[in-house]
Amino acid sequence: MKITVKKGLDIKMKGVPNKIIAEGNLSKSFALKPSDFPNLTPKLLVKEGDLVKCGSPVFCDKYNDVVIFVSPASGVVDKIIRGEKRRILAVTITSDGKFTQLNSKAKDFSKLDRLELKTDLLKSGLWPLLRMRPIDIIARPEDNPKSIFISSFDTNPLSPDYDFIMHNKSAEFNAGLELLNILTDGSVHLQIRKNSDEVFSNAKNVKTHLVKGPHPSGNVGVQMHEIDPINKGEVVWYINPQDVMILGRYSLTGAYDAKKVICIGGENVNSPKYVKTISGSSIKSILEGTEITENSRLISGNPLTGQKLEKDSFLGFYHHQLTVLPEGNEYKFFLSEGWLSLGFNRFSASKSYPTWLMPKSKTYQFDTNLNGEERSFVVSGQYEKVFPFDIYPVQLIKSIVTNDIEKMENLGIYEVSPEDFALCEFVCTSKINIQEIVRNGLDLIYKECM
Amino acid sequence: MKFLRNIFDNAHKTLNSSEKTKKFFPLVDAFDTLMFTPNHVTNKGSHVRDAIDLKRTMMLVIIALVPCLLFGIYNTGYQHYRVLGELEIISFWEIILKGALVVLPLVVVSYGSGLFVEFIFAIKNGHTVQEGFLVSGMLIPLCMPADVPLWMVAVATIFAVVIGKEVFGGTGMNILNVALTARAFLFFAHPTKMSGNEVWVTGFSDLKGEKYASLVSSANPEGVVDGSSGATALGDLASFMQDSPVLENTQAFQAKYSLMDSFLGFIPGSVGETSALMCLIGAALLLWTGIASWRVIGSFFIGGFVMATILNLVGGNGYFELPAIHQLMLGGFMFGMVFMATDPVTAAHTNAGKFIYGFLGGFLGILIRMVNPAYPEGIMLAILIANVFAPLIDHMVIQNNINRRLKRLKTA
Repeated sequence: MKITVKKGLDIKMKGVPNKIIAEGNLSKSFALKPSDFPNLTPKLLVKEGDLVKCGSPVFCDKYNDVVIFVSPASGVVDKIIRGEKRRILAVTITSDGKFTQLNSKAKDFSKLDRLELKTDLLKSGLWPLLRMRPIDIIARPEDNPKSIFISSFDTNPLSPDYDFIMHNKSAEFNAGLELLNILTDGSVHLQIRKNSDEVFSNAKNVKTHLVKGPHPSGNVGVQMHEIDPINKGEVVWYINPQDVMILGRYSLTGAYDAKKVICIGGENVNSPKYVKTISGSSIKSILEGTEITENSRLISGNPLTGQKLEKDSFLGFYHHQLTVLPEGNEYKFFLSEGWLSLGFNRFSASKSYPTWLMPKSKTYQFDTNLNGEERSFVVSGQYEKVFPFDIYPVQLIKSIVTNDIEKMENLGIYEVSPEDFALCEFVCTSKINIQEIVRNGLDLIYKECM
Repeated sequence: MKFLRNIFDNAHKTLNSSEKTKKFFPLVDAFDTLMFTPNHVTNKGSHVRDAIDLKRTMMLVIIALVPCLLFGIYNTGYQHYRVLGELEIISFWEIILKGALVVLPLVVVSYGSGLFVEFIFAIKNGHTVQEGFLVSGMLIPLCMPADVPLWMVAVATIFAVVIGKEVFGGTGMNILNVALTARAFLFFAHPTKMSGNEVWVTGFSDLKGEKYASLVSSANPEGVVDGSSGATALGDLASFMQDSPVLENTQAFQAKYSLMDSFLGFIPGSVGETSALMCLIGAALLLWTGIASWRVIGSFFIGGFVMATILNLVGGNGYFELPAIHQLMLGGFMFGMVFMATDPVTAAHTNAGKFIYGFLGGFLGILIRMVNPAYPEGIMLAILIANVFAPLIDHMVIQNNINRRLKRLKTA
């Protein structure tokens, strides 16, 4: 199937990662953060000082204890960091550098049936790699998804190029796909672009779809909407291509091996590039050898949906990208660089800045300034230009704000996730935090209707 | 810049030093954020944001209104001296001066009274001042007759801001266009100052019909001035529907108010509405910057054109026979189309809805204007009606989307 996404916006930021993969430093400390998993209430399975191996359970879902989260390294549980009301923020593990595996027996997975495979994946701690739509949370083991989606490309600003990262990794990728095929009665859909690497274009056991268009064409939500839209009561799973490789490595070796390649991008990095690392590594280890300008914001993930990080923090579970942007905590005089400036250097999707008259290849400086104050919703028609769903975004958001569940269902809340609204949030004149609203709406739907 | 910044920082500090003065924060904040885009950084969701904000959006609308304002000033003076028959001996700058002395007080009073109310509500409710009124404050004087008493402008503005907007929750929540609410208020509360034959040319509004005519004729013994009344073109047209029309037929009307004059705006009328050309310049800027919806403007024009053409075909009197395009150049049609109907808050919000909304506004506008016994102009009422219908139009459009999704569920 060929899909052309017409609405959207490619945000041209400075600091695109160069196509170099650095070896990277092995992190001495790792962390699992429950906050990486929306809607999760963790139940600890370890104490400070416990010895763990790669694949040892660290905590589980309190309400569904078969879903466990495992240590990416072997060593000692260092600290259990808690926040308000003793909420667990992170469990840190000091690595012994050996990466001893809990199990490392290769199995012939192709002989397993669905239930056995599910049990195996749950035990191995790989299960959280699978996520579901609607609600955008970890897949529920009891579901039989109507299909599984993999987007082979990321269209977010400064995002990693999986064609580059996964070049020549066909064996692991295909092994992962084989497992996914056992999990669904429907198809595994792999979305590719015109010049995708052969690891994707020649992938086995998948339906490939050619996708064209600006961001958010790389978001699985948009692709599902075009290929196999979700109706009430249906469930679709999705997984990141690098996480498919982790599944593949497990299938080939039986080991929990959470290695991945991430990219470091952004204007405040002296040498934007790709780095080899392991899931849950410390930011310090990832940034070793990379210089960062003062007054920067560290973001785990991309600039539109990522999480703000402190320097002593850790890479997010689902993130394959680290972004470093200038903090915009300065006043801007209105005529010279503020709200009434000519603004040749300011990026805007609205035509009131000259961005749209500039060459398309021009890149822009971005900082984290809100560029205005939060206002009531005034300008209509703005979200629709960057929202390629057959859904009315403003009306859906309003139904969420008013907790009108029936209307949310009618307007298509089952098809969307916060990241699909990231561009709406970006272009919003009134600076409304839409992703947070959508997340709250999904949480309410999960509580009341699922 | 540093100097200015220090002033604001100190002002904030002084305000924050005591509990009593803290509530006046919106006052300083409004001026501060006017001079500086604040140092707020994103703390949730997307870390980077588009450069656009509501201030720029509103300021661009005001800039788009400037041609109408400047021409309105000129035309106010021009009409005054035209009736006096002194156009040939009066210099350009005297015309401007006369116009400015009449129009600028309207602008000052409108902004003064409106912003006063906005600040009171901001301080009382403890929120920052939103920019919505910046545009309304300019629209209000431009849609008034030049000679409307200043106290009426103040009362109407306060009414519109309080009843039209703040009781619904402030900027972004209103159902009716604020500027039109102000105009409608005066239109019905003080009809003698808002319609009729006497009010449209400045300097003569206190004179009643005959006295006015005698003054005009004494000022111009040779009858330099063709029209003996200060009525608008639409007033003259409306008289076709009555027993004693001012003019004999359509041709006589077209001779008095040529299409070119109507397009350029050298005719009596509300301050800013007369020049279709200036409205189109404003429209060009608003469409170029993407602020006004081309869907609304386009369908509004088509709606008006269709209705005017239908009445053209009906014919039968001097009014209905006026060519449709000439009809649209008169009165507040262009001004309403470009600046009032496009108000994003009160227009339909869905793209499909905007087409219907705009068409309805234009269609009803010409219908009300031409087929009613009382009011010579109907655009204001038509846009207000369209405002009221906008949520219903949106509801239908959205219901259509919902049904499409339900159908998919059933077939799946």
